[in-house]
Amino acid sequence: MALSELEVRKLALLARLELSDDEVRKLGPQIDSILGFVNQLSELDTEDVQPMTTALDVDNRWRADVVTAGLSNDQALHNAPSRDDECFRVPAVLGTAAAKNA
Amino acid sequence: MSSLAEHSVVGLCIPIAERSATIHSDQYRLPIMTVTAPNTVTTIIGLEVHVQLKTETKLFCGCKTQFGAPPNTQVCPVCLGLPGALPVMNDRAIELAVKAGLAINCDIPPMSKWDRKQYFYPDLPKGYQISQFDLPICGEGYLDIPDDENDGDTVRIGITRAHLEEDAGKSMHDEASGTGDTRIDLNRCGTPLLEIVSEPDMRSSAQAQAYLTQLKALMIHMGISDCEMQEGSLRVDANVNLHINVGEKKIATPIVEVKNMNSFRAVEAAIEHEVVRQYDVWQETGKTIKEEPKTTRGWDDTKEITFQQREKEESADYRYFPDPDLLPVRILREQVEAIRSTLGETPDQTRDRLPGQYGIKPYDADVIVKSGSQMVVYFERVAELSGDGKRASSWVQQDVMRTMKDRQIDVSDFPVDADKLGDLLKRIAAGDIDNSRAKDVFNHLVDNDQSVDEAIQSLGIESVDSSEIDALVQELLDANPKIVEDVLSGNEKAVGALIGQAKKKNPNANPQVIRETALRIIKSK
Repeated sequence: MALSELEVRKLALLARLELSDDEVRKLGPQIDSILGFVNQLSELDTEDVQPMTTALDVDNRWRADVVTAGLSNDQALHNAPSRDDECFRVPAVLGTAAAKNA
Repeated sequence: MSSLAEHSVVGLCIPIAERSATIHSDQYRLPIMTVTAPNTVTTIIGLEVHVQLKTETKLFCGCKTQFGAPPNTQVCPVCLGLPGALPVMNDRAIELAVKAGLAINCDIPPMSKWDRKQYFYPDLPKGYQISQFDLPICGEGYLDIPDDENDGDTVRIGITRAHLEEDAGKSMHDEASGTGDTRIDLNRCGTPLLEIVSEPDMRSSAQAQAYLTQLKALMIHMGISDCEMQEGSLRVDANVNLHINVGEKKIATPIVEVKNMNSFRAVEAAIEHEVVRQYDVWQETGKTIKEEPKTTRGWDDTKEITFQQREKEESADYRYFPDPDLLPVRILREQVEAIRSTLGETPDQTRDRLPGQYGIKPYDADVIVKSGSQMVVYFERVAELSGDGKRASSWVQQDVMRTMKDRQIDVSDFPVDADKLGDLLKRIAAGDIDNSRAKDVFNHLVDNDQSVDEAIQSLGIESVDSSEIDALVQELLDANPKIVEDVLSGNEKAVGALIGQAKKKNPNANPQVIRETALRIIKSK
């Protein structure tokens, strides 16, 4: 089940990654081998196994609706590549802002 | 003629007026140019409504959800999507979601789970939204809305499902800096939303409006959401298309999802615009639902048109999968029943209950219920304290509502609280004070933060000693022998003439007491 270059490019687009032709050729087989590894699971006979959502035998770990301390504005923005006094700043790549810029 | 046609003709730039549209029941007839027989057009509408649940904290972390805080001050590693941070479910959000589901008659399945919906957007720091895909917290339900065509009837709108999800942050385009950057505020990230998806059961913009009005009233009444559209705690997306009968053939136009509507009026206008636009596009291209997938359009409120939006993804490829960070939600039947017992009444049930319980007319109950659940609470408290539902109803509707309207204040800020008004009305019922003096006390209390006793004192209203009343009435009877004769010959109403005279001599004298005293003295002769 080899991944086509087109599929790699689509994945890259969905993740907003810009790949060179070289990278596309290099990553394709790598993703293939990951998928091949996971695909081993399909060898198992799951005929009589109910689908499940977790391997743990627990559920309902909830917390009370009580405010806890978060980060300060400065802490939150500390590692941002681009910021101002209050906000993260990003290039207008999508949506109406990008449309206005185009 | 329904409002659909009127708005379509008047409000839009497309020259539909020339086609002399006529309305037939819920169907929308437009003559077609090329075919002689008119096409019958039916509008099909389904709504997706997001309500923000009224919790103190976010869905998966303890950050505040309060609206209007300075940007990026209600955030933590969980809602910022920092590496290693793990989400934990908010129990109140789950309770409110179940409560909302029960309010709209949904099945509550024993188990639901969380899924990741992947898409790239700068206001979604994790790169995915935690949502519910195939096992939502609320299953099928319905909402009955008033039928705008048959007064007193209702129309049942199916609910497909309602699921919990976290909100994204806010992107703001920075016009001022000239850099074209987008500024990101992540305060809203992780705020709990319940997305309520209806069946495509609505057939006109008026029905969509009625559905939204009913849903909003219910969510506010039950304390599930504030439903403030301006603050984004209620958001509506409309799925619209047309079924057109062309001769024997029936075709459907491609489905359009309209977003960015910031008021119910905008929802109504956007649907009406789509009806005309889709009909025109179909006439032009002949494209049906089979040839074109669902598209998304935004609503421009100033131009009153919908416009093609750039998609977040080239195709809607969200690659949902179960979120491995979260455990499934299991709701026991006992928990569902416990939440059901907190539901209280729907507005309709309150309207039905009040007349029997307080002896008021259905019309009066309707006026009180329409003023909101807080007004119902106010009225019931006054009625209970005063022991006189009819009097409470009349005072609430006249004096209280009029003052609220004049002064533009809410019942929660009303200066005469229910305890004070109840106290005052109880004194009227007991004959301690008469109605007109009580109005003076009420008006005094509106402007002065005093108890009823203090107000009575401030106004110089004294309760009059019974011996004083006896003397006063005796004096009046001596001066009016004709009244005494009339009463003795069986006409008790004759004493009414004494009341005005007595009030002149002593304004604090209670009319009821004067009447009773006069009758007692006359009959003891």
